[in-house]
Amino acid sequence: MAEQPTQTLVQIEEVRKTFGAQKVLDGVSLALQAGETVAVLGRSGTGKSVLLKIMIGLQQPDSGSVKMLGQEMTQLNPPQLAEVRKNIGFLFQHAALYDSMTILENVEFPLARHTDVSAQDRQRRALDLLRTVGMEHEGDKLPSQISGGMQKRIGLARALALDPRLVLFDEPTAGLDPITAGEIAELIIELKKTRHMAAVVVTHDLKTAKRFSDRMILIDSGTIRAEGCFEDLKENNDPFVKQFVQDAA
Amino acid sequence: MVTSLACAIFAMAAAGTWHGSRNGEPTASTATVLVSVVEWFGELGSFTIRIFRAAILPPYEFRELIRQCDAVGSKSLPLVCLAGAATGVVLSLETHDSLVRFGAKSFLPAVIVFSILRESGPIIAGLVLSGRVGAGIGAELGSMKVTEQIDAMEASAVDPYKYLAATRVLACVLTLPLLTVATDFCGILMGWVANTLTEPISLRLFLETGFKNVTFSDFIPSTMKTVVFGFIIGLIGCFQGMRTKGGTEGVGRSVTSTVVLCSMFVIVADVVLVRLILVLFPVS
Repeated sequence: MAEQPTQTLVQIEEVRKTFGAQKVLDGVSLALQAGETVAVLGRSGTGKSVLLKIMIGLQQPDSGSVKMLGQEMTQLNPPQLAEVRKNIGFLFQHAALYDSMTILENVEFPLARHTDVSAQDRQRRALDLLRTVGMEHEGDKLPSQISGGMQKRIGLARALALDPRLVLFDEPTAGLDPITAGEIAELIIELKKTRHMAAVVVTHDLKTAKRFSDRMILIDSGTIRAEGCFEDLKENNDPFVKQFVQDAA
Repeated sequence: MVTSLACAIFAMAAAGTWHGSRNGEPTASTATVLVSVVEWFGELGSFTIRIFRAAILPPYEFRELIRQCDAVGSKSLPLVCLAGAATGVVLSLETHDSLVRFGAKSFLPAVIVFSILRESGPIIAGLVLSGRVGAGIGAELGSMKVTEQIDAMEASAVDPYKYLAATRVLACVLTLPLLTVATDFCGILMGWVANTLTEPISLRLFLETGFKNVTFSDFIPSTMKTVVFGFIIGLIGCFQGMRTKGGTEGVGRSVTSTVVLCSMFVIVADVVLVRLILVLFPVS
């Protein structure tokens, strides 16, 4: 049987972004194949989250090319951008759940907007998603009534609602205790296996990142300082990379 | 005079809102404030165009619009009714003595009806909603902005300008004229109650004398001008809310500036619209 050609879902080239005098991204390039998980590592405030927001089109780069699912994001009009976004899930750092809606309504929201399924089917699918993240009994609660870790799980369920081909995670384990962080990491590994989705995970948590990522990218001062698997990073001679790996391990 | 006063308030709001002049920090220079004001109007212009486009182009968010009409309209009803009733009572008590002094006591019902229908009702409803609804929209969208909920909506391929902003602006536009009618009703009714407590008069006689010379041009244009007030309140509430920066402190600043700017623009719009109505519908 012939091997299927790998599909490039993300192709970012020479992306630059500045905020005032601060250079946040300075020529970052990144490629991601279908089914692959890349962890984007770096210290806080090095532009990792900005890179994710550029990828989903929430921010525009000053220069460079951002191709997501084959579409150049910088040249799309709002309806075209919306079409691309339907195939990308996004888990925000603080989950960003809609606080006026219940948990079930949060997960149902993308389904209600972008699918024609009946209210009953929508609810069933939302409950399935909540079951996937182990939150099926919390559907009637409001986001303010659950913990940060639970909110991340709900955020993940919402990000998966439209069966995206690619999921972007912004600090999925930040602010969580080690056990909950481990559970979230396990969840990502599980979803990778069952849904065969590609993922870009922005994090500064190297320990967790090495569990679920196929490849790691270390960003510092807006540029990529190292790229490869955990072992590659460990053997890298760059003093910054050495220090980062040493301190994080 | 009104325009100058409005400019001064606007500049003060601009300095406080966009540069956050705090204790110990130098206040913004006149040039900086002017640049901020021009920038603000430019951004408001492009925001308005985006809202119009979002409101006109399908798909339409009817369910959210109805929810917002409920939040803006029915939940504001008790407050505007109370404000209208208080206005009617005060108007009746204050005008009574003056008219007695000039021997024109019989004009009291007409004075109450005319002043409430033509001016007091619409402006009271507009100002009450500037506070209640303007602040509510500014706070809700402001906190959604700082907690990335608006970004999350956009990332889910949902246009927040359509789902959040256009529905709120439309709800304000649709409900404010109805709330004005409720304000007028309560004002006139309580004007009669206050009047009848001092000098008993039947409601029928009060209304007959009050509405004797009232025409549609006294009621319709002044009620419909609140469509503009509603547009101002919804637009500024959404605009200030969706550009909130700086956490909870930023939300506080957005709410304050929303209430100040809504009230100020409603008053300025009222001055302009009253003049326009007098030109288009001259009092015969």
